[in-house]
Amino acid sequence: MSMIYYLILSGILFTLGLLGVILRRNAIILFMSLELMFNAANILFVAFAAYYQVLSGQLFVFFVMVVAAAEVAVGLALIVTIFRSRNSINVDELSSLKG
Amino acid sequence: MQLETALMDPNFALVPWVVFLPAIGLVLNLLVGKRLGERGIGALASLASGGAFVVAVLLALGLTRSPEGATVPLVDWIRVGDLSVRWAFRVDTLSVLMMLVVSGVGTLIHIYSIGYMHSDVRHNGDPLRFRRFFVYLNLFIAMMMILVSADNYLMLFVGWEGVGLCSYLLIGFWFEKGKAGIGNAQAAKKAFVVNRIGDFGLLLALFFLFWNFKSFDFAVIFAQAPQVAAAAPWVVLAITLFMLLGVTGKSAQIPLYVWLPDAMAGPTPVSALIHAATMVTAGVYLVARSQALFVLVPAAQNAVTWVGAATAIFAATIAVGQYDIKKVLAYSTISQLGFMVAAVGMGATVAGMFHLTTHAFFKALLFLSAGSVILGMEHGAEHGHNGHHLDPQDMRNMGGLRKRMPVTFWVYLIGSLALAGIAPLAGFFSKDEILAYASQQQPGVFIVLLIAAFFTAFYMGRQVLMVFFGQPRSDAAGHAGESPAVVTVPLIVLALLSIGGGALNLPGSLWLEHWLEHSLAEVHAGEFLLPVAAGSLAVALAGILIAWLIYGRKPLADAKTPDPLARPLGPVYRGMESKWKVDELYHAVIVRPYRALSGFLAGPVDQGVIDGLVNGIASLFSMLAQLVRRLQTGYVRTYALAVLAGVVAVLAYLATVSFR
Repeated sequence: MSMIYYLILSGILFTLGLLGVILRRNAIILFMSLELMFNAANILFVAFAAYYQVLSGQLFVFFVMVVAAAEVAVGLALIVTIFRSRNSINVDELSSLKG
Repeated sequence: MQLETALMDPNFALVPWVVFLPAIGLVLNLLVGKRLGERGIGALASLASGGAFVVAVLLALGLTRSPEGATVPLVDWIRVGDLSVRWAFRVDTLSVLMMLVVSGVGTLIHIYSIGYMHSDVRHNGDPLRFRRFFVYLNLFIAMMMILVSADNYLMLFVGWEGVGLCSYLLIGFWFEKGKAGIGNAQAAKKAFVVNRIGDFGLLLALFFLFWNFKSFDFAVIFAQAPQVAAAAPWVVLAITLFMLLGVTGKSAQIPLYVWLPDAMAGPTPVSALIHAATMVTAGVYLVARSQALFVLVPAAQNAVTWVGAATAIFAATIAVGQYDIKKVLAYSTISQLGFMVAAVGMGATVAGMFHLTTHAFFKALLFLSAGSVILGMEHGAEHGHNGHHLDPQDMRNMGGLRKRMPVTFWVYLIGSLALAGIAPLAGFFSKDEILAYASQQQPGVFIVLLIAAFFTAFYMGRQVLMVFFGQPRSDAAGHAGESPAVVTVPLIVLALLSIGGGALNLPGSLWLEHWLEHSLAEVHAGEFLLPVAAGSLAVALAGILIAWLIYGRKPLADAKTPDPLARPLGPVYRGMESKWKVDELYHAVIVRPYRALSGFLAGPVDQGVIDGLVNGIASLFSMLAQLVRRLQTGYVRTYALAVLAGVVAVLAYLATVSFR
């Protein structure tokens, strides 16, 4: 099978995630979009690992997953706290650091 | 000259204790003084100073056995590159002579102070300052000992600055008193600032010394001095002239003498110890110690001599017109220091040191007796009936104290005669030696000094007659009482020293000269010239006689009577009375322009230009930040978009580069 399909799939996923991050307001949707981008990268890792017959790319995917899981744990905790204090998870309302 | 540690007399190892003992005394007084009470504090401080005197005597005994002396190293102080400076004590006849004078006179003054300060702190309403006074006194003794026992110029400089500090602290001892409540504090500040000018000169001399000799040690510098002088005479000239500036500051010579009369704001024992007997002679000691440098440059010697001679006569004329009992003695001190400086300048180092020693005796005696007079006057003022305040130091308020204070009168008389140079008291021999040397070497200086000697006899005669003879001119003088024994006993000891001090270097025995010849590079045999001696004696007697004709035959009637000299001398007397307006001159020429310059630098330059630059740069960046702060919207997606744009830009760049 040609690499090109994997690359196109990965590109579509990544772009979807990116647009989600830029366009959506809901913090949880934002997170899901981020996960989409992670996984786009993961697809590329495994695809190239298979293509070049090396193990390190596949190994790296596990690291990405672990880090992503940890990040989600922290992020969800943050979102819960923000919701408690503001009764909203609209990221546009979290702009008190604006210059 | 210099022996190593192994060869030296066992007594010499004691030398650090001349510094340690007063230091221990002051630390103990600081720690436990509160619990000791006045007597304990005074006794402890006197013991510390007396211990230093005992050590000095032991050192002198050691020197009689091995007169070449020794250097006793204590610790390394600075070791950087070529520079190696250590704390080392130089034991030789010159330094031990100074130690004996400082600790001997110092101990007597400590004992006297127990009695004097007891009254003083009560009159001034703060008995708790008693301890502080003795702590300062002990600190002074320790610093003075460092100064005279130093083996290198840097250590000497430490002592030099240390005694300056003590002088400042003690002049301002009653810092909240004086004119407008800050007169004393201003006097202390003036002394400190004027001394700084002199100290700056000494510091420059030290820089020159190190630059050219790569060392601060006396032995090294004096050994190399002839070569350096041969190679670059101006170097030694610069060093000695900068030293002279230091001497004019510390020893109160023209042009920096103006601080000493104001220094009389301090308690009287301070005036006796620091501003008459010991600290102000540090300059004379410096020139004597650096004799090996001064003899190489006759120009510097001449400068020193003429500065001394000019000071001697100038200050003597001012002393004639003063009414404050301590101010007269202050100007007299400046004048006598001029004699010493002139002597060491001419190379008559032994004569200078001799006069330094005898002067320490009789001037300390005079100041302490003046203190006793002031005590008596204050005592009288308390018991007097009219309540209005009068100045207990003004001689116009005194008179007739001879009967009220007999002991003080007799010791004062002895001190005055010794100062005036009446044979066979101490001052006669020492002053005569200077005059004899001057008559051979520098006739001009001789004449100036002889006139100064006349004035000396005259103003001392005037003072004694105004204070002790005639009728009391105020209630306080009428009720004055004799001081207690703790005050009078040191006076009697000093009076005996003032009588017999001349025996140190009697013509014929020249004991002091043989003593000092081990330390000094050149010693000129002091000659006794009968015509000079007879002449100076005649001049002194004439001065006293004229003083009697003016002030003794017809004493001042009351405190308001103008001085009998005021009318016949007219403007000259007013000049002497107003100290020739030197303070005003300095104020107009130096202080006011300097203040204006400081005001200009502080206002337009500092606040305007410098602050303006700094604040301007700050507000410039603040404005720039205003322009770009809108970029921080606070919306996450804006940041994400910025990252996206950045990544796209980087990728686009890489693509164009790699596909080219």
